[in-house]
Amino acid sequence: MRKEQPFSRRRCISLSLLLACASTCSLPAKGLPQQATAKEEFLTLPGEIGRSGGRLVVSLRAEPKTLNPLTAADTISREVIAAMQADLIHINRSTQLTESALAKSWKISSDGLQYTLTLRQGLRFSDGHPLDADDVLFTFHVYLDENIHATQRDLLIVGGKPITVRKVDAQTLVFQLARPYGVEERLFDGIAILPRHLLEKPYQEGKLGQLWTPSTPPNEWAGLGPFRLKEYVAGQKLVLERNPYYWKSDTKGNRLPYLDELVFLFVPSADAQVLRFQSGETDIITRLGADNFSVLSRQQRAFTMADAGPGLEFNFLFFNLNDLGEKSAPEVAPKQKWFREVKFRQAISAAVDRDAIVRLVYQGRGAALWGPVTPGDRRWIDASIPHPPRSLERARALLKEAGFSWSTSPDGGSVLIDSDGKLVEFSILTSSSNADRAKMATLLQDDLKQLGMHVQVVPLEFRSLIDRVTQTRQYDACILGLASFDTDPNPNLNVWLSSGGTHLWNPSQSHPATSWEAEIDRAMERQLSAPGYEQRKKLYDRVQEILAEYQPMIFLASPDILVGAKNSIANFHPVVLEPYVLWNVEQLYFRNGAENASR
Amino acid sequence: MTRPRKPTRWLIVLVVLHCVVAGAGFFAPYDPVAQDRERTYLPPMHIHMVDTHGHFHLRPFFYPLRLREGSFDQYQEDASAPSPLHFFTRGASYRLLGFVPSHLHLFGATDARICLLGSDAYGRDQLSRILYGGQVSLLAGLLGAGITLFLGALIGLAAGYYSGWRDELLMRTAELFLALPWLYLLFALRAFLPLSVSPLEAFLLVVVVIGMVGWARPARLVRGVVLSVKERDFVRAARGFGASDFYLLRRHILPETGSVLLTQAAILVPQFVLAEMTLSFLGLGVPEPMSSWGNLLATLQQYSVLVSYWWMYLPALAIVPFFLGYLGLASALQERAGAYNLNEKKSWNQT
Repeated sequence: MRKEQPFSRRRCISLSLLLACASTCSLPAKGLPQQATAKEEFLTLPGEIGRSGGRLVVSLRAEPKTLNPLTAADTISREVIAAMQADLIHINRSTQLTESALAKSWKISSDGLQYTLTLRQGLRFSDGHPLDADDVLFTFHVYLDENIHATQRDLLIVGGKPITVRKVDAQTLVFQLARPYGVEERLFDGIAILPRHLLEKPYQEGKLGQLWTPSTPPNEWAGLGPFRLKEYVAGQKLVLERNPYYWKSDTKGNRLPYLDELVFLFVPSADAQVLRFQSGETDIITRLGADNFSVLSRQQRAFTMADAGPGLEFNFLFFNLNDLGEKSAPEVAPKQKWFREVKFRQAISAAVDRDAIVRLVYQGRGAALWGPVTPGDRRWIDASIPHPPRSLERARALLKEAGFSWSTSPDGGSVLIDSDGKLVEFSILTSSSNADRAKMATLLQDDLKQLGMHVQVVPLEFRSLIDRVTQTRQYDACILGLASFDTDPNPNLNVWLSSGGTHLWNPSQSHPATSWEAEIDRAMERQLSAPGYEQRKKLYDRVQEILAEYQPMIFLASPDILVGAKNSIANFHPVVLEPYVLWNVEQLYFRNGAENASR
Repeated sequence: MTRPRKPTRWLIVLVVLHCVVAGAGFFAPYDPVAQDRERTYLPPMHIHMVDTHGHFHLRPFFYPLRLREGSFDQYQEDASAPSPLHFFTRGASYRLLGFVPSHLHLFGATDARICLLGSDAYGRDQLSRILYGGQVSLLAGLLGAGITLFLGALIGLAAGYYSGWRDELLMRTAELFLALPWLYLLFALRAFLPLSVSPLEAFLLVVVVIGMVGWARPARLVRGVVLSVKERDFVRAARGFGASDFYLLRRHILPETGSVLLTQAAILVPQFVLAEMTLSFLGLGVPEPMSSWGNLLATLQQYSVLVSYWWMYLPALAIVPFFLGYLGLASALQERAGAYNLNEKKSWNQT
């Protein structure tokens, strides 16, 4: 069964602001002494010393749509680009802290408005062209250009004004913000520094947005990441080769990456990916479902299977709370009277058997959820949110308080009716390509039957489902999942702000429809510029509490991140943040290097 | 020449099989939608007569399955708590044939659930689901075949009897219907229909859809028979005596198409059961939690289920006796019709 990614949002794209910590001063790149070899300033990575050579084969669900970091919006393109590009300051996906990348150090002024970054010396793009401050200036200029429609543009607009960049000398840049920014230096993560020498001309001709697809000739492409473009076979594979100018080294001074080649195979279905992995065609498998994970674990031969713990994906049920007139939605509008009733939503939440979902859908490899922040996100989860166990009695009491009652149906069961004597029945949309969520819907259907609600499950193709939820808004209820790419609350702005396009239960409102939505809006806006983690956490905790009380989304469960790799792969340290395994691709190596090199 | 085999044997087999499915409520031990979330993917249980100490018991019993420590889907028999099998027990309520309310089940157990054919991802009893699923699939096949034969006979009669432009029009339409890529059209048709339909509506929809599809072939066959029959002497004689078209069709021509229609029915029913299964397998048939043979097999689309739980294939086996029965019946009918025609010709020659 094919599984699509959780509904991804434009906002969350690699904003990657993790763990704002309290200190306002700059963090020294921790424990990473800089080593000057010739005039290149290497970044030295601690870790196991590897052997050079070999090609690592990984499967991708689809072809990357683009290799252009400016316009890449889908997970797949971003995963490939992450192996080919580099940013000024990077968030270590394992420690979830920022560390120095292309910028060897940075300093934030005491008022929080000025960031001074110093570039490493002697760095070169993958085509050998040297990097300097002009490339950075150019990069930020195009990211902020409205005509380019860069996906990360909104993240560089602070307090309504774009960040301005000034070059001090060839290695030093000053970034000026209009307002203090809660995420601080994390804003630089995921902003790939672009080669001005290749892109300035197309930019002036207005062609930059369409540039750099997978079929771009390798000599017209350059980046600062561990790998560079080598070959693309449409519908089959994308081959990257080692970037000979990469700026990281191991503690012995060997230039990284260890691997000669990184190959992305396009394998559309999750099951086909499992088969390829089993047959040894691919070396690493990520985004495994619990069922396939247990199949692979059972047949474990030469594989290391790892459960990295709960990820950031959260699945939830939500009701249609859009302001629809009787006329435009004669079928939905009468039911919205129930959906708007807080006690109705609370009753449903009380009746949901979350433990059964974790056990039956994720085979126990997941976590039950009562709020949007998963246990995988230890820094931001509000521990005070109650985790009431399933209770049909409480659900019935809540429904009774809200004016619902029960009557006996002709076939002997008891059915729920509202105060007007209308039968409570509605349908739940699920994506037909996601077996996990379809299973949740079937479990929910049975849970709610015990409250006398008559629920139908409607599997729908993913795109038409999204269209119904965000455009036509003709639906009763829907089960969806969202996944952040990092632990910070900011990527979820679009979900929680009532004006957001991903505010799923009632998107893009001009004014908040309810007082609690208005309160969420205020708290989210305030945490944006609140200085320091503690204050932001307090505000975000409040948001989580409001969500838990009013249940606009009934949170269900979060799956663990499940991955596997061949035993011969070393430095394999899966994490809960994307890209799960390839985050340290420059350090991955084959224990039996020579053998694989000749493969 | 061998004597034609009697279709009766096959008929008896089919009647018995259909009775079992029609009386699913009685033969199935449990409600097909009742979930047991503690026991998912139970393997088929074994019925014992001899216990672990070697003692023989007159009443069959089984050992309940317990989850192995630290496992999600590996079970072992718990020999410490044998559970006797009871016959004609009271259990979940149901309505026999949709009318008679009852609690009586052929067999069941009091202390533990007995899943002779295992359970599915929600712990629902596979045997009960197969039996109830059979009701949906067979009824869809039978009704679909009924609609098809009715349409086929009507159109075939009209085309064969009236000939001329009417024949042309109907037969060209039939050819068009034969040439269409049906599976894809079914998808398209289903996509146009309303989003959330109740299980009953979904079922009727499937029936009508598959019933509308197949009329062309029986219509052609009926037309052929009509073309030959309407030139026979007894028909001409009746017409000479001033019989109306309707009388001729009803009294003389329609009965002649009987054997063709019967044979077609025996072929079409399994074909339409398969059509229903295809639709449900692809998620276009009856919705969860109802079962049909098609959506029981739909879980096999997942690789993990395919390799881990062999008993999920069993619904596929359930259709085998039915199909054998129908196809055996069809060939027996065909042989009989052939012999009948042969005899008839002989008697003609003799006169």
